[in-house]
Amino acid sequence: MTAMLEVDDLRVAYGNILAVKGISFRVEQGQVVTLIGGNGAGKTTTLRTLSGLLHPVGGQIRFKGRRIDGMAAHKIVELGIAHSPEGRHIFPRMTIEENLLLGAYLRRDGAAIEQDVRRAYELFPVLGERRRQAAGTLSGGEQQMLAMGRAMMSRPELLMLDEPSMGLSPIMMQKIMETVAALKESGTTILLVEQNAQAALNLADRGYVLETGRIVLEDHGQALLGNDQVRKAYLGED
Amino acid sequence: MSGGANTPLRRLVEKGRASTATARTATLLGAASSLASTFLAWSYGSAFPGDLTIYGYPGGAQVHVLVLAAVAIALLLIEVSPLRRVVTPGGVGGTVRVLASGVFLITAFTVLAIGVELGGLINVEWGGWVALVAAAVFAVAARLLPADRPAVWSYRLPDWVEFLVIAVVLGLALAAFVQALAIPEWEIFLCYLVALGAALAAAWRLGLAAWISAVGARHRGVTVTAAFVVAAAFPFTQGSDNHWLNVMVNVGIFATTAIGLNIVVGLAGLLDLGYVAFLGVGAYVGALLSGAAASSIGWNPPFAVTVVIGAVVTAIVGVIIGTPTLRVRGDYLAIVTLGFGEIFRITVNNLDGSTGPQVTNGPNGIPGIPDLVFLGVDFGQSHTIFGMNLGYFANYFFLELVLIAFVILVFSRMNNSRLGRAWLAIREDEVAAQAAGINTFRLKLLAFALGATLAGMAGTIQAHAISSITPDSYQFLNSAFLVAAVVLGGMGTVTGAMLGSVVLLLLPEKFRFFQDNKLLIFGLTLVLMMRFRPEGMIANKRRQAEFHEEEISERLGREAQAEGAR
Ligand SMILES: Nc1ncnc2c1ncn2[C@@H]1O[C@H](COP(=O)(O)OP(=O)(O)OP(=O)(O)O)[C@@H](O)[C@H]1O
Ligand SMILES: [Mg+2]
Repeated sequence: MTAMLEVDDLRVAYGNILAVKGISFRVEQGQVVTLIGGNGAGKTTTLRTLSGLLHPVGGQIRFKGRRIDGMAAHKIVELGIAHSPEGRHIFPRMTIEENLLLGAYLRRDGAAIEQDVRRAYELFPVLGERRRQAAGTLSGGEQQMLAMGRAMMSRPELLMLDEPSMGLSPIMMQKIMETVAALKESGTTILLVEQNAQAALNLADRGYVLETGRIVLEDHGQALLGNDQVRKAYLGED
Repeated sequence: MSGGANTPLRRLVEKGRASTATARTATLLGAASSLASTFLAWSYGSAFPGDLTIYGYPGGAQVHVLVLAAVAIALLLIEVSPLRRVVTPGGVGGTVRVLASGVFLITAFTVLAIGVELGGLINVEWGGWVALVAAAVFAVAARLLPADRPAVWSYRLPDWVEFLVIAVVLGLALAAFVQALAIPEWEIFLCYLVALGAALAAAWRLGLAAWISAVGARHRGVTVTAAFVVAAAFPFTQGSDNHWLNVMVNVGIFATTAIGLNIVVGLAGLLDLGYVAFLGVGAYVGALLSGAAASSIGWNPPFAVTVVIGAVVTAIVGVIIGTPTLRVRGDYLAIVTLGFGEIFRITVNNLDGSTGPQVTNGPNGIPGIPDLVFLGVDFGQSHTIFGMNLGYFANYFFLELVLIAFVILVFSRMNNSRLGRAWLAIREDEVAAQAAGINTFRLKLLAFALGATLAGMAGTIQAHAISSITPDSYQFLNSAFLVAAVVLGGMGTVTGAMLGSVVLLLLPEKFRFFQDNKLLIFGLTLVLMMRFRPEGMIANKRRQAEFHEEEISERLGREAQAEGAR
């Protein structure tokens, strides 16, 4: 059986500096997979390459059996991958509703889009309350919710979230994680990058630990939570 | 006691209501004597424009003072009458102040100009000094009026009344425009501009202008149609005199091109500094297919075919130029497009039979392009419409109106669509736009080619209207003027691009000084605009947001709260 996403010996460089140095991992249909690792480990770089914002210098990426490395970003969105980029990247001067609608840019099913917008408002009521307001006026955490809501608007088969809990209060962070769990229940496959390793590994079927561009550990989420090395480096225990 | 800065008048005012009445009386007196002074002679020499030596008969700039002062008096009287609740709900302080400043500026300028032009202030008659003192009293007293609150006229009248308002306002605008063109002396023209500016500013302060624009927005279709009808009426104000019609035909070409450029710059956010090349491509297509003796192509198809060919050729050129250039961003894009614009001009220069194949006659260009014959109408003849014999440039003017209508249609269609939203997203955050699935490169290319096509169509008309084209008409400087028109008028709005074009092309016609120092003045104007009103004269709501981040987001926030509370 082929996995939904297969990454094989992926190498990505900025100029002539290799940031991702040959990593391989798989995401199976319906799973939540998480990449954890310290600052500068290459997590964001990996996601940006998967969504076509960066092009690899070597290796292969297969989505549903099809090569997507080097493909243009909009083609990859069309195939069913959505990316909520690190640092939110919302459209600050467009309204919240317009931001959400742009997430559905490639969809043509007007009625279903409206329904999904409403669903996003149910999930994050603050977005609904302020839907005609410029997105730049939202607080950092609210913008994070918007970015996540927008990524979901394309009804992706694979949703990639880059630090969705960044800058959120513990309650909101809890909420984001619940949302991720709910999405998983509804059949969305998720690739999650998180600084909060505890929360991410709790949810994840599988986790990969990245260090300076290499995968140094991989296991079931729970197993990694129990791993000494991980506890020391990422959970702040000694 | 208080410091020396407190004038007796100011202290009077600070005492409260009683002194408000004093200030009002003083203002009224100032305005009335300003008005009266226009019936005096201001100058001993009759050589000054408007001949200000005649008693009992206001002439030249005196008329502007008369009108502004009369309006101010009327407002001051309304404020103490029962009508005040309707007309001046916010008070008249600011409005009268603006009018008074206008009166003072005009009077002071005129008195000074008489002194300078006739050789010394000795030439100013006592009436001139009276006028100056009156205007000064008026201006100072008006400053002491209590400040008004921002007024809102939120009247909703029956539709037919509002239609009438739109018609009257547009009619007045045409009248004001024609009047401006008809003033030959630059001194009076300048005073006219000041008076017009003061009147407009006063209308804003009063709440009248905001109300009118709200009425216009309520009946958009009617307003746009009426605007075209009024524009079409312009040739009838000129009769068989071709001079201003000719100028307006050039303005029309320039404005069409500027709106096309505004799709590229204002909507897609791509700074194109070589845009005039597309106008050139269209013009050369038009000239080569015109049957002109100098054309290297013998074929002379009907004009409808020429326009289509011009559009297609420029679209192709747009794609060819856009494909490599649109891969770079921002400043780089500006430089690369500038380069391609120059390449066009140089290429056309070289296709002269000696340095390259003979296609364009090189630097000599293509002269003797015959007038259009379109739909059986010979554009070189004057025609009689509604019993009026119009100069032959009216033909081109009408054709341009049709083209402009088409371009506006394209522009607004693009702006208010999924495409418009996607362009905005690219302007806002290109990475996020890509991540949302927007094919950024293709959409940019689309904007680029679409803008090129519109310019190309305008070019085919231009070739016939100016009857002789040379490569030098399409040099970088003209691209810069187009960008200036867009920036000055307002990025991302049709009205802005048109207004910018009118201002940039008409002012040099009116002021010799402007003509001689065009570049200096444009440069200065742009710098000042960037400092004080970066969104241009007519602001696009979103563009404005890009320039006034905080204020706008606050306002948006307040609006949203108000909506939530409802
Ligand atoms: N645009 C860039 N140009 C050059 N180097 C870059 C660029 N972006 C990232 N890098 C480098 O690539 C490496 C990996 O960065 P990346 O952003 O992928 O890390 P990360 O794992 O997401 O870290 P964090 O958890 O801090 O977000 C780092 O050494 C970083 O400095
Ligand atoms: Mg990162």
